[in-house]
Amino acid sequence: MTTINTRESAEDQTVGTKKAGGFTATAANYIDERTSISGAVKELGRKIFPDHWSFLLGEVALYSFVIILLSGSFLTFFFQASMAEVVYDGSYAPLKGVPMSVAMSSTMDISFDIRGGLLMRQVHHWAALLFVAAIGLHMLRIYFTGAFRKPRELNWVIGFILFILAMAEGFTGYSLPDDLLSGNGLRIIDGLVKGIPVIGTWTSFLLFGGEFPGTDIVGRLYSLHILLLPAIIVALIAMHLLFVVVHKHTQYPAAGRTNQNVVGYPVLPVYAAKAGGFFFIVFGVVMLIASLFTINPIWNYGPYDPSPVSAGTQPDWYIGFADGAMRLIPPGWEFVWLNHTYSLNIVVVLAVVGLFIVTVMVYPFIEAWITGDKREHHVLDRPRNAPTRTAIGAAGVTFYASLWAAASSDIMATHFHLTMEGVIHTLQATTLLGPILAFFIAKRVCLALQKKDREIVLHGYESGRIVRLPGGEFVEVHQPVDEYERWKLVSYSDFKPLMLRPNAQGKIGPAEKVRAGLSRWFFEDRITPITQTELSHAHGDHPAAITDQEHQSEITDK
Amino acid sequence: MAKDDNGAEDVTAPDSPGEELAPVAASTAVVTRDSLVNPGFPPHRPRVTDLDHKEERKAERAVYTLFYVSIVGSVFAIAAYMAFPIVPEDPGSVRLNNLFIGLGLSLALLAIGIGAVHWGKALMSDHEGVDERHPVRGTEPVRARAVEIFQQANEESGFGRRTLIRNSLIGALVVFPLPAVVLFRGLGPMDQNPVELLHETMWKKGVRLTMDPSGTPIKASDVTLGSSFHVIPEGLSEMEHGRLEEKAKAAVLLIRMDPADLVESDERKTWSYQGIVAYSKICTHVGCPVALYEQHTHHLLCPCHQSQFDVENHCKVIFGPAKRALPQLPIAVDAEGYLIAQSDFTEPVGPSFWERA
Repeated sequence: MTTINTRESAEDQTVGTKKAGGFTATAANYIDERTSISGAVKELGRKIFPDHWSFLLGEVALYSFVIILLSGSFLTFFFQASMAEVVYDGSYAPLKGVPMSVAMSSTMDISFDIRGGLLMRQVHHWAALLFVAAIGLHMLRIYFTGAFRKPRELNWVIGFILFILAMAEGFTGYSLPDDLLSGNGLRIIDGLVKGIPVIGTWTSFLLFGGEFPGTDIVGRLYSLHILLLPAIIVALIAMHLLFVVVHKHTQYPAAGRTNQNVVGYPVLPVYAAKAGGFFFIVFGVVMLIASLFTINPIWNYGPYDPSPVSAGTQPDWYIGFADGAMRLIPPGWEFVWLNHTYSLNIVVVLAVVGLFIVTVMVYPFIEAWITGDKREHHVLDRPRNAPTRTAIGAAGVTFYASLWAAASSDIMATHFHLTMEGVIHTLQATTLLGPILAFFIAKRVCLALQKKDREIVLHGYESGRIVRLPGGEFVEVHQPVDEYERWKLVSYSDFKPLMLRPNAQGKIGPAEKVRAGLSRWFFEDRITPITQTELSHAHGDHPAAITDQEHQSEITDK
Repeated sequence: MAKDDNGAEDVTAPDSPGEELAPVAASTAVVTRDSLVNPGFPPHRPRVTDLDHKEERKAERAVYTLFYVSIVGSVFAIAAYMAFPIVPEDPGSVRLNNLFIGLGLSLALLAIGIGAVHWGKALMSDHEGVDERHPVRGTEPVRARAVEIFQQANEESGFGRRTLIRNSLIGALVVFPLPAVVLFRGLGPMDQNPVELLHETMWKKGVRLTMDPSGTPIKASDVTLGSSFHVIPEGLSEMEHGRLEEKAKAAVLLIRMDPADLVESDERKTWSYQGIVAYSKICTHVGCPVALYEQHTHHLLCPCHQSQFDVENHCKVIFGPAKRALPQLPIAVDAEGYLIAQSDFTEPVGPSFWERA
């Protein structure tokens, strides 16, 4: 592999352009003399970014956020966040003469009276759905490849907060049109908040500016939606990306890549072309979806009214897990004690969902504590090479998926002709037992894959070619992997269960005992990476390997 | 601290994956001398566009064609804006407007994107570069200087020494945001108490049951066996202010059943009228309208979280996350034969709250 000296060539080019003169050089000189920008170009212009499809997930999230900002700004020029009542008099005939809030009426006007308005609304909504989905997938990629390890723990936390804020943005935006569906969503929030012990009643009262639904909530959510939350998100995205620059991007294990280098394409020109082009692809795909598929047809739902509701109500997908959790609570979880109402059917949901997401946030610190590993990690783990982590992730995904599926329990029941009770009971079971099952399956699959990797490194691939030995014995020729391919299979970090030893005072503290227990749970089934000795040994005694060497020319001649 | 090293046998070998940027504790990590050695970069494989000039020309053509196609898409979107106006009261025109502006823009965006990526992949240099990594922590001299600066600042300000100044400042900084918290009391009206409001609705003795949303009073004789009505109190539909707030508490579902099917407790025998019962429509779980009535089972279903209530048995919960039965509105008939309320609900309607009991 030929490498290029990135820094020097960048300098050469700068000097070259200046000598050439002309408008570009004059303009560049003008700007540099006022901003010192050449320093930034020198530092970042040839910065290396590694390539992998999974690294695009974060880019999708970033680009959908840009799309949301662009389409959202357009919408703010027309949307009016007021709950004052008007009689609808727009172009959509079925709702003519219906009293509704100004918010709903202006959203109707965006959809039916402004050319391209519906398109921008749909771009905004689809991009929002994609934004949260891309963040979720990006987090799964980070998790399963161990990219959250030192020095990236804090960036994981920032990303986690962005995920929460993205959901908050989604929910506040969803509520703004003040249609029947979003009003029912707010009603559920009101009920949830009221169920919180001690502060619930007053919190709801202050949130809605009096009794539900009041006339304040849309305006308040609008402030959050277009001002406060986006400002925080922009600031956190800036920090998130700054950390990516400071840490330099992680890379998957491959020949030549080490923990001390980063291998890939320079920002200028290749990465800029690919990443910049990718923005337009994401934007184009969102635009295509928005021009072909309707999302959130508020004109079918009508304005909010506390009395009607349609069957099969569904929140946007990312709120589904919380809504599903509420449905899974068995009957009767509420009691009165000392003249106060304890709504366990709400408190337990908030506690379980809260505990789940906090666990996601602090996971990097838990794993770091268990391994005690203080080294920097820039080479990613293949998920199979961290079996317990991968299994925990699989358990988490199963748990989330069960809650999420529960948000559609009624639709599943009617669609597949099942009983409502049967669907709920099944999902209650998968919520509790599914994660345990998923843990064991994922862990065994990882260990099996690790064993397969060992097998391939030590004895090669099965080539499918059967050879008869002089003694009459038939063997299958195993084709060895080349050293570059082999490196991907053997280079991973290996850990032993923690050996408990007393400290200077001859004591073993309870925290250390817990840590040792967790460490054993994590690493007792470990499959060690292949050593040089093992490799030479395997090549020495394997009959197929001998056959292999005899037919070396034939095999390698590809 | 208990020790958790792995003893002397596990030591770092040069070029092993475990080798570190800065020597720090690897703790339970196993790092062996005997690990395989990174073979270095595999040989570079040229692309077809590097080898074949024709292919290179083809790629170049593809890229600039895509960029021209993008211009066509943008122009098409502008033309569509004019060619497909929105015709009032014609939803079909909205659909065409949305579709064609959208398709034009999609083409414009996708062509730029695909063209740029193709340019990057097929024509720009595909030689990978290598950057060196350095430990994220600052170098020792830099860290030492940072510590020195803080010490000097502490020295010069007396932040650590003049503890009275320091502690009073911390105190002031903790207390100063508190007025902002108090300001938020203004989010809700000062002259109202949510707990009282939640205990009362518009219903009171003699208020007629009327249809939602028309406000037409309902005669008992109009309610046929097996039918159900969505009901609001008389006067609600004419309200200027607070209509939705009142409706969110006062919405009622009226059902006529065969009196033989009703299982009524003794104290509530007088709350129904010839098999006509009225129950709050607001779910006792989180407040969605319990709007789905299944006639042959006499069950009410909340579409939000699937709580089910049994109308035969005072709307007790038979399934789902709700705990309490739907509150019953005691009803009677006035002199003209219209259904009226005997009183307000005897308990707060809707979701549970702390001060409810």
